[in-house]
Amino acid sequence: MSKKEGIEVSLAVAEAAKLANVDVVAAYPITPQTHIVEHLAELVADGELDAAYIPVESEHSAMSACCGSSAAGARTFTATAGQGLELMHEVMYVASAMQLPIVMAVANRALSAPLSVWGDHSDVMAVRDTGWIQIFAENGQEAVDNVLCAFRIGEDRRVLLPVMVHLDGFNLSHVIEAIVFPEQSEVDQFIPPYQHPLPLNPDKPVTMGAFGPPFIYTEAKKAQEVNLRAAKEVVLECWNEFGKRFKRYYSPVERYRSEDANVLLLTMGSFSETAMTAIDKMRGKGQKVGLVRLRLWRPFPFGELRQAVRNADTLIVLDRALSFGGPGGPVCSEVRSALYLEEKKPKVIGFVGGLGGRDITPAGFEKMITRGIEISQKGSEEEFEMFGVRE
Amino acid sequence: MSKREDELTWRDLITGSIVTEPGNASQYQTGTWRSQRPLFDNKKCIKCGLCYIYCPEGCIEQDAEGYFKANLFYCKGCGICARECWPEAITMIEEEE
Repeated sequence: MSKKEGIEVSLAVAEAAKLANVDVVAAYPITPQTHIVEHLAELVADGELDAAYIPVESEHSAMSACCGSSAAGARTFTATAGQGLELMHEVMYVASAMQLPIVMAVANRALSAPLSVWGDHSDVMAVRDTGWIQIFAENGQEAVDNVLCAFRIGEDRRVLLPVMVHLDGFNLSHVIEAIVFPEQSEVDQFIPPYQHPLPLNPDKPVTMGAFGPPFIYTEAKKAQEVNLRAAKEVVLECWNEFGKRFKRYYSPVERYRSEDANVLLLTMGSFSETAMTAIDKMRGKGQKVGLVRLRLWRPFPFGELRQAVRNADTLIVLDRALSFGGPGGPVCSEVRSALYLEEKKPKVIGFVGGLGGRDITPAGFEKMITRGIEISQKGSEEEFEMFGVRE
Repeated sequence: MSKREDELTWRDLITGSIVTEPGNASQYQTGTWRSQRPLFDNKKCIKCGLCYIYCPEGCIEQDAEGYFKANLFYCKGCGICARECWPEAITMIEEEE
């Protein structure tokens, strides 16, 4: 029997790592991720979790230690946010290229300067191309469920890739939610033991991360790209199996009242739930609006996205990160790119908002959608608009 | 591996580009990086072995008579041997010469 418990989402994420029976946690505390690793340290210190907790001196070391432990065949978990994720950056490429299935919870946070500990997706977008599988959670339950799924997906022999589970800083990490935890035995059945095919082993030495001269580097990158793209099938399979066992269902692109909608809003992460409230209100006024939520950020679900938006006239994309001097938000830019060659496609309108912890209320989303429709009809000189900025 | 390393396709690479064969770095020809090569003058050589000790590539070998020579498959032409050879038995010459 699973149990339902009122718990802070950060602690729940730590409990999920415990349910996954991790062997090694190497982490460095940073707001708003701190409670996740604090709780894991407690669980290990109290003997509730039989794992090695490595209190490293920086996030760079945290990710490096995770690479070592995962390479040795240990189930490895870490968590970080914002500047911490940036400090891990170069080592994250090593984790994915060496196919080390580390699971990392990221409590998404803005980047300095000015210093902001509050939430947005600037940290995520800066590590977009590190070759990790990336899943967005909209609430605490989804964060817990997807941490469990992340181990099963990443450690699958057909995948062997690190996985990030994104939960918005504060909006998710620091709220208390009623969360359903599966039984230990159910989790044990759901996540088979981790067995790396060629782990570090003195009896059978291997070289990981050897140098790749020009004659082989391109082939190594192609292999990595093919592997990450192919991982989508395993993600789908895992979510399907999770649904069968635990009755909660996930998909790469999720829809809300979008079937007959002329106008669609696209969001990622915790803001999606607020956006649903706005959609309900506008539907109540007779407007044919709907919501599309991108859950799987990498590998990008091209087919599912095209399918989800093809019948709309206007697609309004909210980014919680800014690509300075570029096309606006990274999500909008990728959505536009994914739709470019389609014959039947909506006009894509980009907004950048919700930066550095700035809230967007249901009324705010109504405003954004109304403005998006206006831009769609009248056109605009700008690539995107900053939502809610004081002019 | 049956294929030459520059014939491997992306499909031939194993998990994480892991190398399972120990010591295969010896197959990598660093000699192609060279623009100059060391010329050993055995008339001046006193067989002290400083070139052998200082060679960062470890590619200088001693022959049966006790003289030294560089293995040009690995020699990168850095010139450290010539610089350290105080009897001036080693000179660096341009590859095209």
